[in-house]
This record gives sequence, structure tokens and C-alpha cells, in this order.
Amino acid sequence: MLRHYLTMTIAVLKRRPFYTAISLFGISFTLLVLMVVTAMADHALAPMAPESRQDRMLGVVSARMFGPDNAWSSNGGYMLFDKHARNLPGVEELTIFSSWQTVSTYLGDQRITSNIKRTDGAFWRVFDFTFLEGSPYSQADVDEARFVAVLTRATREKLFSGQPALGKTFEADGQTFRVVGVVENVPDIRIVPYADFYVPTTTSKSDAYKREIMGGFIAVALARTTDDLPKIREEFNARLTRITLPDKSYTTLVAPFETKYDTIARESPFADRQSPDRQGPKLTLLLVILALLFVTLPTVNLVNVNISRILERASEIGVRKAFGAPMRTLVAQFVVENVFLTLLGGALGLVLSAFVLRALNQSGFIAHSAFTINARVFAYAVLLAIGFGLISGVYPAWRMARLRPVEALKGGPSR
Amino acid sequence: MIRLHGIEKVYRTDRIETVALADVNIDVEKGEFISIMGPSGCGKSTLLNLMGLLDVPTKGKVEINGSHINGAGDAALAQVRNREIGFIFQTFHLVSDLSVLDNVQIPLLYRRMSNAERRKLAEAALDRVGLSARLHHFPSQLSGGQQQRVAIARAVVGRPAILLADEPTGNLDSHMGDEVMALLKDLNEKEKTTIVMVTHDAQKAQQTARTVRLFDGRQVC
Repeated sequence: MLRHYLTMTIAVLKRRPFYTAISLFGISFTLLVLMVVTAMADHALAPMAPESRQDRMLGVVSARMFGPDNAWSSNGGYMLFDKHARNLPGVEELTIFSSWQTVSTYLGDQRITSNIKRTDGAFWRVFDFTFLEGSPYSQADVDEARFVAVLTRATREKLFSGQPALGKTFEADGQTFRVVGVVENVPDIRIVPYADFYVPTTTSKSDAYKREIMGGFIAVALARTTDDLPKIREEFNARLTRITLPDKSYTTLVAPFETKYDTIARESPFADRQSPDRQGPKLTLLLVILALLFVTLPTVNLVNVNISRILERASEIGVRKAFGAPMRTLVAQFVVENVFLTLLGGALGLVLSAFVLRALNQSGFIAHSAFTINARVFAYAVLLAIGFGLISGVYPAWRMARLRPVEALKGGPSR
Repeated sequence: MIRLHGIEKVYRTDRIETVALADVNIDVEKGEFISIMGPSGCGKSTLLNLMGLLDVPTKGKVEINGSHINGAGDAALAQVRNREIGFIFQTFHLVSDLSVLDNVQIPLLYRRMSNAERRKLAEAALDRVGLSARLHHFPSQLSGGQQQRVAIARAVVGRPAILLADEPTGNLDSHMGDEVMALLKDLNEKEKTTIVMVTHDAQKAQQTARTVRLFDGRQVC
């Protein structure tokens, strides 16, 4: 039966090359956009170095203090995490590090702008960076405020023309650091671990950060198991309610430990930033609605093309009905034919998206991005194509399959 | 085999009501070969469509092989059409995108059987109508007579008890028409297939056992 459907699909596609071209363009362009977005989302969200263990990670990236008249949003402060996030149940390791800051580095007379992150020693145990040279600095280096640094490969390229950098020094923000390690680049789409180089927290010019509850720091907890995640969340939220806030105009502090997806969701429209509850489901709903809106126009277009195509086949429908095809079999036939068509469009879209992603990588639009069509993105692409085929195929198929045989044999529905 | 009682078929639009058939009563016995004659527009094809369950009467009862058909659902009607009835149309209605072999297999697609079995039956049906050498041709590569023989092979491939032929020789020259009639008579005599044939041609009608005549939607004899 499938062979018969395939024969029909190919024959129908060959019958009207113009219709086929319009259909394939619509399908492949729609799927191209969806696949590029999927590949970007995969690159930003899927577990990969240095966030290979992200299924066990929870982070506090944003904090919000608010009262009846005031609201203050920023990163959390070092003290908030140092004093209240340690010894949470189920946590294997906790790292506290700064959000990236832009600093100037001088290479002779040339000024290079770089993004720096100040971290503790645990940072290197929570995130699994790929070391190209040397090793991470230790907690002892942090405790002793040693001026050591770990560079990314791109920074080594800029500062040392790609030559081995171990033991060499460079100046940043008026301080001189000695290179102890070089790691593989992190795309800036992965905002939590991303930086151009990393130095100990204690090399900050002032230690005022140690007394701040709001501002400039991120905490990431690596749970022992994924089962520990809810209790880490609950315990920290409970601790936050017991904190005496420094300013009486603020009554509540919201700084929940969240997955990466929930962190992104907290910044999306419709998120309730004053609630410690997870905002991920709202973002998922929003994304599904946007995706549906995006595919509506091409779907309507494909539905119309399909109706025209199927109308041409009214006589065939009549013959099939006359010889015993029940309605559901005909619906299945036309839907399967449409899914073949969308899979073909999907294959074209996949090839095109590989080119688009390569161009995006080369453009430097997102620093150090390496968008690819991996097995996971490919699986999403196939699902998208099948889903698109089903959505755009069912209505025309149902409409034509319910024609009375005598009507179909005469060439279609009477108007 | 086929019983039509008190059949009426009315086509209605917003403004006009057309009575295509009124008070038609026909019994066709098992193994009979009958013809339906009458001038253009008298309701011959409509009657054949009702017998073949391709359309539903406005009034009256349709009985096929002892089963009442009125009110049956899509799946049940499809099953009866698939098992009991074969159709031959004046304009052949072959699927142009499919080969001769694939066209003949169409009725068998809606039965549970293997591809090999389907192919074997289709080849046998094509052999019977003398088209064994044309299995992989497409309809556009055949003459009118050959196309009608493919249509006959398709109609009989599932060994239906009833064959309904709507002016099967109408688009053929006399020689081809005679060939088709010979095939139909052969099926009726050897397989005891019940055949109802709509025709304009009195000579062809004479070759059948009985003729039902229609005039303005009414049965005149």
C-alpha cells in the first residue's frame, strides 16, 4: 500500500511542476526557519561542554527585590550566595562567580576589549571546560588572591597570536595576570559560563562585593542527583524569606535557583518576575503559540494548494470509492502523500539550514557559535516535517474523501 | 441479487427540483444479464449509480445480495462495493498516473492480501482480457478499446457477483464494442456474473436477456 501511495505522490508531483515548486518552496522555507531556530536553541540549551552536567545544575542568574513602591532587578550579590546558599541539601558543589564585565587589555599600543569573569575554585569543578593548555586555578589561588588567569582559545589568539600562553603575563584593567590555563571557546549564547578570560574573585580591586546582597554575581549549584533539584530550590527559597533586607523599602527578595530554561523564561514577556515559581511552562506556551502563528500562513497556503491538487484528482477519488475505498483509507492516503511531500520539503530545508547555520557561524554574529545539525536537531526536523504534513494534509484529505462517489466521478463537488 | 423498490431520486437546488427517477421497481436475479435503455437524460445512469451504491435514493429501498442498504454507513457501503460490485464506465476512469497493472489492482488495495497475491490476481485478470503484454503501459499509451478492457479487468479482478456497466461501448468503434460485449457475455455465461448494462444501442441491448426501459425517469417496461 505504501509503495502505491509513493507511486501516486511522485506522479502527482511530476504532473504540475509549478504547483510542486510553490509547495516545496513554502514547505522548505518554513522548515528552514524552524530548523535554524531549533539548531540555535539546541546550541544554547542542550547539554554540552562546559555545561555537560546541566541536568544537575541550578543557577541564580537574576535577583529581584521589591516592596510596595520599589523594585530592583539585577544579579544577586556575593554575600547573598556566600552567606545563604552554602550547605544546601543535595548540593555536590556550589560555585559563586561574577557576571561578565568588560575590561580593556593593552597589547602594545593596541587596546583590546574583553569580557572577564571572576570566579572561585569550584567554578572549574562545576563546569567541565576543555583545557587546551595548563589547568584551572585552585581554591588556594583564590584564597591567596593570586593574579592568575585562564584564557579562551580566541583570547590566546588575540593576545599571543595563538602561540602557547602558559606562564606568560598580560595586563587587564590595570592588573597583570599570569596565564595558568587555556580553554576551548564558549559561545556567548551560553551566558552563564561565557567569558574571554577567567580570574579569581579575590583579585577584584575592592572587596565591597563581599558585603552586597544584590548585584554582579551568579551562583550555580551542581546537585548530587536530579532528584535533589526540587529540594535545593525549596530550601533556598525558604532561606530567602528569612533574610533581613538591608533597605526597609523592600519587603521581598526573589532569587530562585532555576534551570537554564527557567532562567531564560523569567526574562520573557508574560513571566511573573516577582514569583519564585518556575516560569518555564509559560515560555513553552508562548513559544508553541508563536510557532503555530508562524506556520499558520504556510499551512493555509499548503492547504489551498492541496485542495487544488486533490480537486484535480476527483475522478480518481470516485474510482477508488467505487471500488471500495472507505473514507478513512482515502484520508490516510492523502495525508501520507502530503507527509511524503513535506518530508521532501524538510530534506531541502535541512540542506538549506545547514548552509544558513554555516553562514551564521562564519559571520561572528554570535561570538564563538558553532551551530550544527546534530542528531537531536535532525530528529526535531523530521518531527516538524511530519507535523507540518499532518496539519496541512488532514483538512483537504477529509474534505475530498467525504465526497459522494457519484459526485467525485463527475469531477468534484457541485457548487 | 439486486432489488430496487419504490425508488425515487430528486435533485434539489435553491430554486429548482428535478425528478430524475420516480417509482422505479426492479429485481435483477442472480446470473442475469440485463440492459437498461432510454433516451439521454431519462435517468439510466442515475439508476445504475443507485444500484452500485454510488449515490443514495431520495426514497425507496435498495437491497444487494439480500442485505438492505438504506442507512448503511460509509465503511459498510465501501465493503459491499468492494466485495460484491464491479464497475465499468463509459469514459473508463482509469488513473492516468498508474500503470495498467496498478490500475487493475485498485479494488484489491482495499482487501487484506499480500502484494504478490494482488499482482497475481491482476495479471490473471489482464490475461483474461488479452492485455498480458501491456502490464507496464500507462492508459495514455493504449487505444480506447484497450483502455476499456483494462477497465473490465479492474472490474472483475476482485471476482464480484455483480457487474454494472454504464455504456461500456459508448466510446468505442463497433469492432471494439463487439469485443467488449463478447467479454461481458463470456463473464456472464462462464462466471455467472450478474450484469446490468446501460446502453443506447438497441443491438447491444438485444444481446442481453432482458431490457428495462426508462422514459423521463419512469420505468416504462
